[in-house]
Amino acid sequence: MSGLVISQLNISHGAIRAVNDLSFTVLPGQLAAVIGSNGAGKTTLLRTLSGLKSAHSGSVEWNGESILRKKPEDLVRSGIVHVSDGKSVIPELTVRENLALGGIWRKDKKDVALATAEAIDLFPRLGERLQQSADTLSGGERQMLAIGRALIARPKLLLLDEPSLGLAPLVIDQIFQAIKSLRDRHNLTVVLVEQNAMGALRIADIGIIINLGKLVASGPARELIDNPSLRAAYLGY
Amino acid sequence: MGRLLNTILIGVSGGSIYSLMALALVLVWRSTRVVNFAQAGQAILSTYIGYVVITHTNNYWIAFPVALLAGALAGALIDILMVRTLMKRAHSGPVAGIAPVIATLGLLGLIRAVVGMIWGGDLRQFKLPVSNHGFTFGHNTIPFAPINLLIVMTTVVVMLIFSLIFQRTNLGLSLRASAYQPEIARLAGIRVDLTRTIGWAFAGAAGAVAGMLVTPTNYLSPNSLDLLLVSGFVAAVIGGLESLVGAAVGGLILGISLALVLEYISSSLAFPVAFVVLIAVLLFKPSGLIGAKRTRHA
Repeated sequence: MSGLVISQLNISHGAIRAVNDLSFTVLPGQLAAVIGSNGAGKTTLLRTLSGLKSAHSGSVEWNGESILRKKPEDLVRSGIVHVSDGKSVIPELTVRENLALGGIWRKDKKDVALATAEAIDLFPRLGERLQQSADTLSGGERQMLAIGRALIARPKLLLLDEPSLGLAPLVIDQIFQAIKSLRDRHNLTVVLVEQNAMGALRIADIGIIINLGKLVASGPARELIDNPSLRAAYLGY
Repeated sequence: MGRLLNTILIGVSGGSIYSLMALALVLVWRSTRVVNFAQAGQAILSTYIGYVVITHTNNYWIAFPVALLAGALAGALIDILMVRTLMKRAHSGPVAGIAPVIATLGLLGLIRAVVGMIWGGDLRQFKLPVSNHGFTFGHNTIPFAPINLLIVMTTVVVMLIFSLIFQRTNLGLSLRASAYQPEIARLAGIRVDLTRTIGWAFAGAAGAVAGMLVTPTNYLSPNSLDLLLVSGFVAAVIGGLESLVGAAVGGLILGISLALVLEYISSSLAFPVAFVVLIAVLLFKPSGLIGAKRTRHA
């Protein structure tokens, strides 16, 4: 089956079971929002999908191929690109160098140049700050840089960890709109992990709500938003 | 005036070698966060290999690249065989900080012992690649000799090559990214383990160059580079341990200060002064005099 198929996934965090018997599927081109409070296991899940963390049991397939036990540097080469939390940029490097990292392993330098131009086109702010150290960027600009860098790898599956964290509401809107338009334009499959449930579900096709590592509900994003009991318990209003 | 200038010139020549050793230590520190005491051993092993080539070919210029390659290879092997395993087995807890350092100390002892077993403890001497008689201007002969010029020029070339690699190439970007944020580097597709090994190889090569440059005006024995290791550490610390420019400038500061003390105060003070400089820098400016705009959380 194509797309991202997660079945009966268990991930341990020391003695704690951080993800417990989790199963869900994201079809190619879908934008999936994984929603849950702090400690729900969202980041652990994403780190396992990108190869940073190993799973305890279960299976994860991307387009029919198992991706568990693969290294992040190899998964990037097969199109799975993870933008980790904490505004994943290297502050000691310039904006230009951070962007260059995104295409560093790629042979097709022409397309790297094209993808870089597209990233700057999407986030013009980056273009104005190419020579600056990434240290001087605001939180929103760092998130733009992190996403921009990921795009230069020409991802097929984009994993985003809390891109809205610590950003002002206006900037959050901007980032979410950028994610949506990327998906529309490049037919990306996106797994978006968020605490900002409403913001994420509004741009998502499907939603997956997890709590303490377990699946609570999943389905079309619209239905989750309209479900009164989920709204009260997990969506925050 | 002439005396001061001559002293500074000699200091620059000595300081160049400290810079190279400091560069070797900084490269390893940046790539794996290990303070590498074995660097003196790696350098001495490479220099002995250079010595063997010189005795067979009678040609310093063939020995030089051979020693350099031997140094790079030894550095890479130490990373692959020892440091990688250590990093995996002792990656957290109190042992994580100290285990690699103690291991490199053990390795230093081991390499020295092996070198002693193979070549014995006798002091050996290199044939000079160029003259060590000072340049003559009219009736004046200055202490600065062609060999010193060779040392300074080689160091400048090595430093330029390294800064070009680090600032202008993808390999340099990978080395920097892996040093600063290994996880983000991996997520960007960089093979961080391989990149670190290349860092160790570069360091080994730089140490070998230091050994090959200092030995012609000195002698060679299994521990003849120990003092250079100390000077290299002092220079690296003055330079803030993180930056290549810092290593270069730190070496020059140390070299010139030592030459001045030697010339104007007392030759017996030179070594203590190195330690006084080290402690003073650590006390008053622990992040080093150069570079390091901010403290890094690594």
